[in-house]
Amino acid sequence: MSKPVMLAVDRIRCDGRGLCAELLPELIRLDDWGYPIVKPGPVPDRLLPLTERAVEDCPVLAIALRRGEAMR
Amino acid sequence: MTRLLGAPDVATPLPRAGHGLIDQIEKAGLLGRGGAAFPSATKWRAVAERSRGDAVVVVNGAEGEPQSHKDRLLMISRPHLVLDGAFLASRVLRARRVVLYVGERHDAARQAMLRALGQRTEPERATVTLAAAPARYVAGAETAAVHLITEGIATPTNVPPYPFERGVGGAPTLVQNVETLAHIANVARGIYDGTTLLTLAGGVARRGVVEVPIGTTVGGAVSASGGLRERPRAVLVGGYFGAWVEPEVAWRMPLDHRTRLGCGVIGIHPASRCPVCDVAAIMRFLAAESSAQCGPCFFGLQALAGACTRISEGGDHPTDMQRLQRWTVEVRGRGACRHPDGAVMFLSSALQVFAAEFANHGSHHNMSQIA
Repeated sequence: MSKPVMLAVDRIRCDGRGLCAELLPELIRLDDWGYPIVKPGPVPDRLLPLTERAVEDCPVLAIALRRGEAMR
Repeated sequence: MTRLLGAPDVATPLPRAGHGLIDQIEKAGLLGRGGAAFPSATKWRAVAERSRGDAVVVVNGAEGEPQSHKDRLLMISRPHLVLDGAFLASRVLRARRVVLYVGERHDAARQAMLRALGQRTEPERATVTLAAAPARYVAGAETAAVHLITEGIATPTNVPPYPFERGVGGAPTLVQNVETLAHIANVARGIYDGTTLLTLAGGVARRGVVEVPIGTTVGGAVSASGGLRERPRAVLVGGYFGAWVEPEVAWRMPLDHRTRLGCGVIGIHPASRCPVCDVAAIMRFLAAESSAQCGPCFFGLQALAGACTRISEGGDHPTDMQRLQRWTVEVRGRGACRHPDGAVMFLSSALQVFAAEFANHGSHHNMSQIA
């Protein structure tokens, strides 16, 4: 069985453009300063295509998908 | 029980040490004394597995916690013991380099360490260099130490990679607090007896560093330092990344691995001081000490400090109280390092223990205006 896929935000790289929350409101919302809050737990299979899209479209490449252990 | 502070500091020959020392450290149950309480044996093993004779040992004496003095006192009074631990680490981990990372303002500690180093005859002496830790709160964080030594910037970096994977100059690196290294030197000689250094601050009769057996209660530690000066309203266990505890709970609380002992600062908050004003001041400090790399920490801590300050200056702010509750949950876990986590844990415990003072602060404010 493959390991669960986790969404990881590089907190240093992220500068709060907010695109991810628009593309993937199911998993990402923004805090009061525009930085992403990721729903805890693995990415559900049905959301994988949208999640990959959000990863690719982040203007500063601050999001990644990881199999297994999540980054902070 | 004064195994660290009571004994004379002399350069004695290092005991023979190999991999077995890591097992001894594990058996002693030694946890890091820099604040994170991470099992030292696990850290040593992780570096040992990766070292090809290129590992680096960072002797962490940054001591950026404002109330803490124990690391400085140890470097001043037992520099040889700290060097013993560092050299043993260097041998067991097959390191090529030892870096003394000492707070830039800790002049006496740095001089004591250098004087002791000059008296050493082991080959490791030639591998030692000195790096000054900037007087910033985050400079003592492991990745910040590695970043400063490698690139001259004392800001934390993302993990992974952890220092044991890629540390100073990309080499597997052990970053270990000076007190931990001193205990390890005693473990290697078979004379470790499970003590810990604490710094007592605030309303105690005698502020400063004490050495007590692990498991001593807060009440016991305060008695060991001469008792209370004033009636306590609360106890801050573990410094600014620690937690506020009601005095009657704290008094019976054993200081061990189950307590968030952090860097070992026990702050007695006297009943004569306003906790809300003090919490707001500490939150402003922690916000200013953010390394401003991660949005949730930089903006979040500023907002939290701002809300605390509005309450402390203007009295009740129901919306600010709600925001504080929400933000302390939201900010947690969203930085590259643990700075935001420590700050919000500090604040959430303050909101619990000082709930009444936060809710009724207006009257205190008006009183102090009149006075």
